[in-house]
Amino acid sequence: MVDVLKAVPLRITTDAASDPRSLRRFEDERFLTGKGRYQDDEQAVDALHGAVLRSPHAHAAILSIDITAALEIPGVRAVYTAADLPDLDGLPCSLVDKLPGPFFVPHRPPLAEERVRHVGDPVAFVVADNAEAARTACEAIVVDYDILPAVTDLEAAAAEDAPKIWPQADRNEALRYRLGDPGAVEDVMRRAAHVVTCRVVNNRIVAAALEPRSAIGRFDPGRGSYELSLSGASVHDIRRELATVLCVPPDRISVRTPDVGGGFGMKNVTYPEYALLLVAAERLGRPVRWVADRMDEFTSGAHARDNLTVGRLALDEKGRFLALAVETIANLGAYVSSLGPGSATTAPTPAMGGLYDIPVMSMDVRCVFTNTAPIDAYRGAGKPEANYLIERLADEAAHRLGIDAAKLRKRNFIRRFPYRKPFGAVIDGGDFAGNLDRLLVLADRPGFRRRKALSRRSGKLRGFGLACFLETSRGGPDEDAWLTMRPDGGVDMAVGTQSNGQGHETSFAQVLSEQFRLPVEAFRLVQGDTALVPTGGGHGGARSLHMGGGALVLAAQAMIEAAKPAAAQLLQAEPEVVSFADGQFRVSAKPGAAREVGLAAVARHVADTTGRALASHGAHRAAPITFPNGAQMAEVEIDPETGAVDLLRYVAVDDYGRLINPLLTEAQLHGGLAQGIGQALMEEARYDPESGQILSATFMDYAVPRAMDLPFFDITMAEVPTAANPLGVKGVGQAGCIGAPQVVIAAILDALRPLGVTHVDMPATPQRVWHAMRQAQDKPASETRP
Amino acid sequence: MYAFTYHKPTSARQAATLLAKKEDAKLLAGGHTLLPTMKQRLASPAAIVDLGACADLKGITLKGRNIVIGAMTTHAEVAASAEVQAAIPALAYLASHIGDPHVRHRGTIGGSVANNDPAADYPAALLALGATVITNKRKLTAEEFFTGLYETALEEGEIITKVSFPLVSKAGYAKFRNPASRYAMVGVFVAKRGSDVRVAVTGAGEGGVFRWPEAETALKVRFSPKSLDGFKHGSKGINGDIHADPEYRAHLIGVMTRQAVAQATGK
Repeated sequence: MVDVLKAVPLRITTDAASDPRSLRRFEDERFLTGKGRYQDDEQAVDALHGAVLRSPHAHAAILSIDITAALEIPGVRAVYTAADLPDLDGLPCSLVDKLPGPFFVPHRPPLAEERVRHVGDPVAFVVADNAEAARTACEAIVVDYDILPAVTDLEAAAAEDAPKIWPQADRNEALRYRLGDPGAVEDVMRRAAHVVTCRVVNNRIVAAALEPRSAIGRFDPGRGSYELSLSGASVHDIRRELATVLCVPPDRISVRTPDVGGGFGMKNVTYPEYALLLVAAERLGRPVRWVADRMDEFTSGAHARDNLTVGRLALDEKGRFLALAVETIANLGAYVSSLGPGSATTAPTPAMGGLYDIPVMSMDVRCVFTNTAPIDAYRGAGKPEANYLIERLADEAAHRLGIDAAKLRKRNFIRRFPYRKPFGAVIDGGDFAGNLDRLLVLADRPGFRRRKALSRRSGKLRGFGLACFLETSRGGPDEDAWLTMRPDGGVDMAVGTQSNGQGHETSFAQVLSEQFRLPVEAFRLVQGDTALVPTGGGHGGARSLHMGGGALVLAAQAMIEAAKPAAAQLLQAEPEVVSFADGQFRVSAKPGAAREVGLAAVARHVADTTGRALASHGAHRAAPITFPNGAQMAEVEIDPETGAVDLLRYVAVDDYGRLINPLLTEAQLHGGLAQGIGQALMEEARYDPESGQILSATFMDYAVPRAMDLPFFDITMAEVPTAANPLGVKGVGQAGCIGAPQVVIAAILDALRPLGVTHVDMPATPQRVWHAMRQAQDKPASETRP
Repeated sequence: MYAFTYHKPTSARQAATLLAKKEDAKLLAGGHTLLPTMKQRLASPAAIVDLGACADLKGITLKGRNIVIGAMTTHAEVAASAEVQAAIPALAYLASHIGDPHVRHRGTIGGSVANNDPAADYPAALLALGATVITNKRKLTAEEFFTGLYETALEEGEIITKVSFPLVSKAGYAKFRNPASRYAMVGVFVAKRGSDVRVAVTGAGEGGVFRWPEAETALKVRFSPKSLDGFKHGSKGINGDIHADPEYRAHLIGVMTRQAVAQATGK
């Protein structure tokens, strides 16, 4: 591995658009001209419309449900409550046997049985001839509730006297996840020259995808099979989970998805509505469609993050990191969603401690129930939390020890590879110090003093922040790819990973174009359909190019091998002497005129002689995780009168391994950075602590970043390849979200430190920044640290 | 959305007749509040009277010492109007900062004023400039017109036809946007006419737009941001929500007032 790194010089892509690999996406024209086909665009002749009646209360017992009036609304075909669905099992948690120790996964029926446990919890499902009638019928259902005390805050939920959401969960605890040797960590802490502590909130956010959830359920009585067409991002996982809810074998269900308008993780999992649509379609003999409105999304789509961590970092007198202790309370919401507990446990584990050499670490995570929407994976899932913590601690330590923040980081970077982290992750390579050095040059740090003075002249406080990140793009599960030569000479490439806007139709075609030396236009992506793609791990974990792309390369190699006998026939040679290069099969080491034949001709020959298309399969097994990483900086200007933060500059020097299409890589980073900056500055799903009502149920109260909130991103990519997959690529999908929050907060604190502000939680809204300044002002001078 | 009947009169008089005749009828101006409310099924008027084709409700004219703006004039038209820009530049500035371009090309001054959303921009301008709201029945001063949160003095069957703004010597508007909705979390319009100074605050009051007499008194002595040094609005009667508690909002009133005066005085 080390040799590979040395053999490939670092190259910096400063202008992605001028790189010949930077093809514009084939998808763009259809997406930008309104010709994308999203789920609700699907014509479904004869389809009925579903609507969900949701709980208006955070916590209540259902005393009775009266559907009489609803059934009398013209056009209503059926009204279902839990009592009508005794044959359905609960929605499963896919991590149930993957987490150590006792883990309580409560029964989560598609419709609430005796209790509702969060605002938005589904109570009844109405099916009608049109959407208006379905909604009207929802309003006609009379539910008698006995309102119970609710708890939405994770610390309050973990308290002794908190309202109990599940009788089986003492102090609302679903799961405790412990790793490392806390005794050894404490030993080091006791003897260390310094221990710094940070208490950080990772704010609850929502994915807010442009396209809301939507689906059509169908049932084929002849074959006894169900079909779900949905806006989803992991069709095979959703099929598997639906099979357990419906108590049928997975092969009786097919799941497919058209273009998806953003998922970010929250569309990877199964929602109650999917099961309801299939059951209704079966019982009513008609397709049933449903589309979530924005309020459905805010109240019942999976939320994300929402945890509170106290981290302690021990350092020696020179500032070398010695030990890290992590204690977290993580909010799961009212139920355990499919991958819900992963974001606070297994997902952050390999990233814990970031890209620093820390000999011992311990982790203690309590996952608690609250009366809130279930939590699940969202872009980054756990890695933003792990990196935010260690980077905040590093800044705090730099400040405490009076060491420059960049210097302290460089002193502690992992330098020898492969490096085994205390929790077992093995990092194969990277140039962390090189990236940081480049960043410092590009950031023009010496010029900051002048820029700060200019800002001061206009009454603004300017801050400079830098931080690093270590993404751990997962490998598993296994991925497969299937290639089929079409009669027209093109190739169908079926892959089990899934694009929901990333551009795989382009980047995957580029991967195969390089293998076969065929034009990129020759390749057609087949994805997101369990009927066409036998298996797949779907979207998530920034693993598509790593795993799906890797499987494609293996499939391409398999196709070339599979075609060799036929090529040999055409070339009248033995298969052993036939080789493939530059898109041609050749007879090698044969004197005389070169003989060669193209792949398309060989494929035709195969089809003619065997009656079957030339096809191949690539199996990418047991691939390790990859370690994208980077160093990023930001400059902010803060209005001391209002607390408003203006993000002026953002510079990143990142390593995503070998790049297939730098333009797409950069575009992925743009989106991720916007979401990471959004989390740092404005996004927050809020519940009223008393009533448990959601206070951010529309875009009037949930702030998402807009173009005007973001500066132009100055991005440089260092291509340090990995041996984790045949392409040498590392995942970029989540990285922006993982890198940005700590950078933005560091810049804000740098601006505010002269006022005595040493801490601000995300999101750093104007109100919060203003109060932090006020409190620092009111503090006696002795309490403010230098 | 519930079913309703739709009517599109071509004059204010026709609109008034329809409004009187149709049971439970609502006027549709820009529709930015009414239509989302109907979509969410929080409003269910039996009839919609769309004012979009009433030509007599549109247009901007300078009449003596007044700028008169038709109720169905869009924010974009006010912002781009040479007359408004010359006569009361702060009013054109305010209009140019309402919502986003989509909003500005649909939303109307009459609709905004009739709705009296506590976070709308126009009510602050009307109150500070001493505007007159002209309806098909009568004339009302801004003070008479705005009666409370989403409440106005408009009676059954009454339609705003024009808003008349008297010219002032100096005016300025400053607002701090809500981070999510980008409505005014606090917006302050200041205006000086002769020795009279008015300061009107939107976005902050529990009862909607209001005047800040203490600041007015201070600014009457000297119309300068410096006159407000150390001036704080109290947090009593001030809105609180997840974006700004009363204390922060009250603080912003002071900041925005100074900025508005600075804008008015070109400082």
